[in-house]
Amino acid sequence: MIDVAPEYDVIIIGGGITGAGTARDCAMRGLRTLLIERGDIATGATGRNHGLLHSGARYAVTDRESAAECIKENLILKKIARHCVDDTSGFFLTLPDDDLDYQKTFVKACQNAGIKAEVIDPEEARRAEPSVNPAIIGAVRVPDGSVDPFRLCSSNIVDAKLHGAHVRTYTEVIRLQVRQDTVEGVEAVDLRSGEKLSFRGRVIVNACGIWGHHIASLAGVNVGMFPAKGALLVFAHRVNNIVLNRCRKPANADILVPGDTVCVIGTTSDRVRYEECDHLSVTPEEVDLLLGEGMKLAPVLAQTRVLRAYAGVRPLVSADNDPSGRNISRGIVCIDHEKRDGLKGFVTITGGKLMTYRLMAEQATDMVCRKLHRDIACQTATTPLPGSEKGGIEKVLKKVWPTPTLTQKALLGRAGALAGSLPQEEEAGGSDLVCECEQVSVSEVDAALKHLDVHTLTDLRRRTRVGMGTCQGELCSCRAAARLARKASDPALARTQARAFIEERWRGIVPVAWGETLREASFTEWVYAEVLGLDDTL
Amino acid sequence: MSENSINHFEQCIKCTVCTAYCPVLGVNPAFPGPKQAGPDGERLRLKDKFYYDPSLKYCLNCKRCEVSCPSGVKIADIIQSARRRFNDDTPDLRDRVLANTDFMGKMARPFAPLVNKVVSLRPVKKVMDVMMDIEQERTFPKYRSKGFDAIFRSDFAPYQNRFPRHVAFFRGCSTEFQHPETGIAFVRLMNAVGIGVRLLDEKCCGVALMANGLWHHAEKNARHNVKVFSEAVAGGLPVVAVSSTCAFTMRDEYPGVLEVDNASVRESITLAEKFLFEQVDSGRVKLVFRKDYASRIAYHIPCHMEKLGWSIFTKELLQMAPSISLKVLDSNCCGMAGTYGFKKENYPYSQAIGRPLFEQIKSLSPDVVCCECETCKWQIEASTGYTVLNPVVILAEALDIEATCAANGGFVKA
Repeated sequence: MIDVAPEYDVIIIGGGITGAGTARDCAMRGLRTLLIERGDIATGATGRNHGLLHSGARYAVTDRESAAECIKENLILKKIARHCVDDTSGFFLTLPDDDLDYQKTFVKACQNAGIKAEVIDPEEARRAEPSVNPAIIGAVRVPDGSVDPFRLCSSNIVDAKLHGAHVRTYTEVIRLQVRQDTVEGVEAVDLRSGEKLSFRGRVIVNACGIWGHHIASLAGVNVGMFPAKGALLVFAHRVNNIVLNRCRKPANADILVPGDTVCVIGTTSDRVRYEECDHLSVTPEEVDLLLGEGMKLAPVLAQTRVLRAYAGVRPLVSADNDPSGRNISRGIVCIDHEKRDGLKGFVTITGGKLMTYRLMAEQATDMVCRKLHRDIACQTATTPLPGSEKGGIEKVLKKVWPTPTLTQKALLGRAGALAGSLPQEEEAGGSDLVCECEQVSVSEVDAALKHLDVHTLTDLRRRTRVGMGTCQGELCSCRAAARLARKASDPALARTQARAFIEERWRGIVPVAWGETLREASFTEWVYAEVLGLDDTL
Repeated sequence: MSENSINHFEQCIKCTVCTAYCPVLGVNPAFPGPKQAGPDGERLRLKDKFYYDPSLKYCLNCKRCEVSCPSGVKIADIIQSARRRFNDDTPDLRDRVLANTDFMGKMARPFAPLVNKVVSLRPVKKVMDVMMDIEQERTFPKYRSKGFDAIFRSDFAPYQNRFPRHVAFFRGCSTEFQHPETGIAFVRLMNAVGIGVRLLDEKCCGVALMANGLWHHAEKNARHNVKVFSEAVAGGLPVVAVSSTCAFTMRDEYPGVLEVDNASVRESITLAEKFLFEQVDSGRVKLVFRKDYASRIAYHIPCHMEKLGWSIFTKELLQMAPSISLKVLDSNCCGMAGTYGFKKENYPYSQAIGRPLFEQIKSLSPDVVCCECETCKWQIEASTGYTVLNPVVILAEALDIEATCAANGGFVKA
């Protein structure tokens, strides 16, 4: 049989932020690029963290190299990803239980890493951020912020595609084609159609985070991943507009991040077995710990509705020849398997953090380019992501929507300047709402369905925030499912998708199902099971 | 989570029943409705002031959403509080004129006949419409040359000390400047049942100031009134109002929207009908009604009366009069909402909201319409042609004053 598999310069496996950033960088440097992801984009650790735009201050004392990387990337993202970033600033608070001497060590370490850290009067901190524990005895202001990881990942994908990259989600790599000492391509399955696929690539990049362990094993090499689970709680609204950190050695539940309409407390850190990574759940002990510690930062959390709980796995990598994992680094790990294992055409990029994804992508792409003997400079540090162009949002407000509605404002917040290119009232009812909590319109949903690789309601949630508000899908599931089914010309899809979405939302609610959260979930259950008849067990 | 929790907007479970009860939503598509303007919008506004939606100004603050909410969310308070915190449009001349009910009253009083005449002239109305956006279809309520305060001082004050117990009377701007007869009726009622009346050094309750964005002024008035009320309450006097909106504002909007603590006086702020009913109900007071007074009365429950939950007292009192035939109108907003209906941009909505009420009144064709709110009165009178009276006025008329005085040891100067 004649081999007609499409050929790429580079095939990136993994549609998290690292893979998305790498695809963008490769495509911008003119490489024929394919990205393959077995699920949706941003499903792993990318979508399961605080969404903290680190200033690096958290690592200043313990990991100066990471801290310096963070502040550099922090300043870059504030420019290239304006619409994904909320430049809130952050406080490092010293509580009466904490050692105030640590503040000196902390400020000095920040200065050494190039992070602006300004000691402020506790009274000033209380004034600037009324949610802080009034008992604080010290406060330092740092340039922390928050970043929406879904939006950041999606923007990188969009830009990669605009630069010619091909992106295949719901496509699982089942085998790497290795001939002698060279990886030459991948064999994959389209999980939606069951179709077997094969792609040839001159370089394969393993950007699968914690799952990179598995992909490496397909190539016959070992990347020792050490999964560390982190659990987080989402509160139903923002209690703080400035990131709150504890000024002490990094520990459990010591960061409260305001992200879009919610705020998030986290995290815990526990070793889990590799097999558990696909089925994480948050335990009652973790919930208690997160709430207990969170209230110390912001006492009002005691009276704030908890929306859901979730957990992610940090893609920590053990140093070579260190099977015990004692020397685990949180820095970037970019492995040239040709050098390390004698396997040509295979690169693993892992470790690192959401914060340093662009730098990780740059390092990986540099390595790919060296292998391809292409000498093209990286431009991702200076080229804004689509939607974040300089003056773009201002232009939309001036030219397209001089008096924006709340829904248009919300869309501007999510899509940045791209909001202006959304078809205006494409058809009657385009401005109707699908999601009322987050103000997502029919036209925004339809645009996402059309352009953003959306196959399920959960994918749609990651692109638009549909179902992320307090009602957790109660009002929007059926409406969104109808749009999805209409796009797919498959009426039956509406039922299965609405049901699957409500079930997915419920899984995140279970660990925190008390009070108003339980009341609302019960109401939702009544609407969907009793009124709409979606409970097949009835 | 208690109803007073600072995060009460999170109690919303999106049942959306408030949306069905909002009188604005059905007539003005530019208003996002109570759920979205209230608890939903609040989450976005907490993120950034940018997400403040100027269409919140279409909210009537009728509180019907709050009455309907099964989850205890103070929806209208959230909306009003958002307007207070985020709307930085400076109120224009029109809004200031409409808002400063007491100042305008004092200014107009010396020239009342002239002012009343001038503002009712077609060309003047036209000019106000074009220049100030005050709807020309509206007629301003007439100012009186002699206000209630002056009438009280000359006619009633001298003998109030003769009574063994007293109430502090919050007369409100409309009694002072436009409808002193309501105040007179109140004093006659109280005196007839043996209770003396003391006036308060009051300021406007602030409802019109709040509606027009003069928050600071409203807050100042609130603080002043709470202070004055504390003195009255310390002296054992309840604070009795005749306007349901004044009473409601001073009880609930002071803490809920203006964040002025009124906890020490709140329970002592009451409405004439509630106070009188409780007196009768506890047996302290007896009412004797005229045999020759017959009237078919249609009772409109003002929105703020619905929110207070006090219409039962008015109904009970009116039904004590043997020859009053009382019909309680369907619960509908009249559309006036204080100064809202005076504004040109709101006028069509104001009329559309009130239409079901107007039609019901016309079909019933009562002798008189009765309600506790003066701006409902203005709206209903202008839109139906029927006379609208405060229940206090009707009660004073229906009462056999002499017999009531005799039964309670009261005294009313002829």
